[in-house]
Amino acid sequence: MTIKIYGVPYSTCTARVLATLAEKEVEDYELVPVDLSVGAHKKPEFLKMQPFGMIPVLQDSDLTIYESRAMARYISDKFESQGTPLFGKTAKDKALVNQWLEVESQNYNPCVSSIVYQLVFAPMHGRQGDETVVKQQLEKLEKVLDIYEAHLSKNKYLAGDFFSLADLSHIPYTFYLVNMAKKGDGITSRKHVSAWWEDISSRASWKTVTAKMNAKA
Amino acid sequence: MASLKVYGKPYSANVTRVLTTLAEKNVDDYQIVPIDLLTGGNKTPEYLKLQPFGQIPAFQDGDFTLYESRAIARYISDKYEGQGTALSGKTEREKALVNQWLEVESQNYNPCAGKIVFECVFAQILEGRATNEAVVKEQLEKLGKILDVYEAQLTHHKYLAGDFFSLADLAHIPVTNNLINVAKKGELFSSRKHLNAWWEDISSRPSWQKVLQIIQAGQQQQ
Repeated sequence: MTIKIYGVPYSTCTARVLATLAEKEVEDYELVPVDLSVGAHKKPEFLKMQPFGMIPVLQDSDLTIYESRAMARYISDKFESQGTPLFGKTAKDKALVNQWLEVESQNYNPCVSSIVYQLVFAPMHGRQGDETVVKQQLEKLEKVLDIYEAHLSKNKYLAGDFFSLADLSHIPYTFYLVNMAKKGDGITSRKHVSAWWEDISSRASWKTVTAKMNAKA
Repeated sequence: MASLKVYGKPYSANVTRVLTTLAEKNVDDYQIVPIDLLTGGNKTPEYLKLQPFGQIPAFQDGDFTLYESRAIARYISDKYEGQGTALSGKTEREKALVNQWLEVESQNYNPCAGKIVFECVFAQILEGRATNEAVVKEQLEKLGKILDVYEAQLTHHKYLAGDFFSLADLAHIPVTNNLINVAKKGELFSSRKHLNAWWEDISSRPSWQKVLQIIQAGQQQQ
């Protein structure tokens, strides 16, 4: 197998990549665990691959790529002819997928990842979560979700009537928001956002990722 | 008249990210439709139909509407693939590295640099409050560490994705201009040899020089 993914399934960003591999029906890869608890991601050998000291990292023969969204794009391009088409069919489809990938990156993820960090990852590392930050970010998220609700009342998925990388990119952190941080009210109280969440999180690709998360627990 | 429209104002780094991309692809035939944050032009029902998050820029190609400057830049780069500078890399490998550094800009560089610029330049104008110096100090420390990684990368490569200028480098230009020339945090760059050389190079490109003229013309109109 030429593809190696350095990371762990319970890492949201690693999960984004694993879900992409599953959507593209790619099974021939090796998941190389990185022990965050001993600071493996800050050691010199790791920093040679990922100089910012973060997981995940992808290696494909002599190509090393980091940043999970870039890794997902690479997988989507490399395996374009198999699995789910993750960028739609036309140039306009692709543009809208890119737009909603940026919305996830710029508007959605900063709020959700902050909440998940304070309530799930900080305590995991023995730190107290900041309730003020959580409150502020939940307020911001409410406004963002109102826009998603309006959009999803007219579109089955974010970029239109087709599942894409834009929807997929939301799954890992939203899963943590709803199931671990227990702050999923914003999602479940909105009819169309809730339906969208049920749909995308029931996909076979996401189930393979949660199975891996549970296997490692 | 132009079928391409960019909604926003040139004082916005996100707007100029799009204008610079148009310039790199030798696309002149477009219209800037002014949307002014200072007068709430981004909160009108008409504008919110184009960009429901109330942010600038928005973009139209005929009746096709798009928002998020990095997505708009990708669209322009794809549509005008056959002209101007090749911005997305030629091989699978190059494309992957361009995408990687676009994400580094998005996830690591811009959050820090953007916060510093906001505190130093926009907090007063947009929120009527003084600069939060504690936030600036914290973000400067974070950004310093990030720029050390850039310095190491640029010691071995002329540009971020390799030996070719790409959208990854371009994406950094507007906020870096604000950081150095408006927020006056140029020492972050002048103290790092290869980072500084990279900045000198990419900010001297005709595309950015053209956009600077648009920014200056915009300032004179206000």
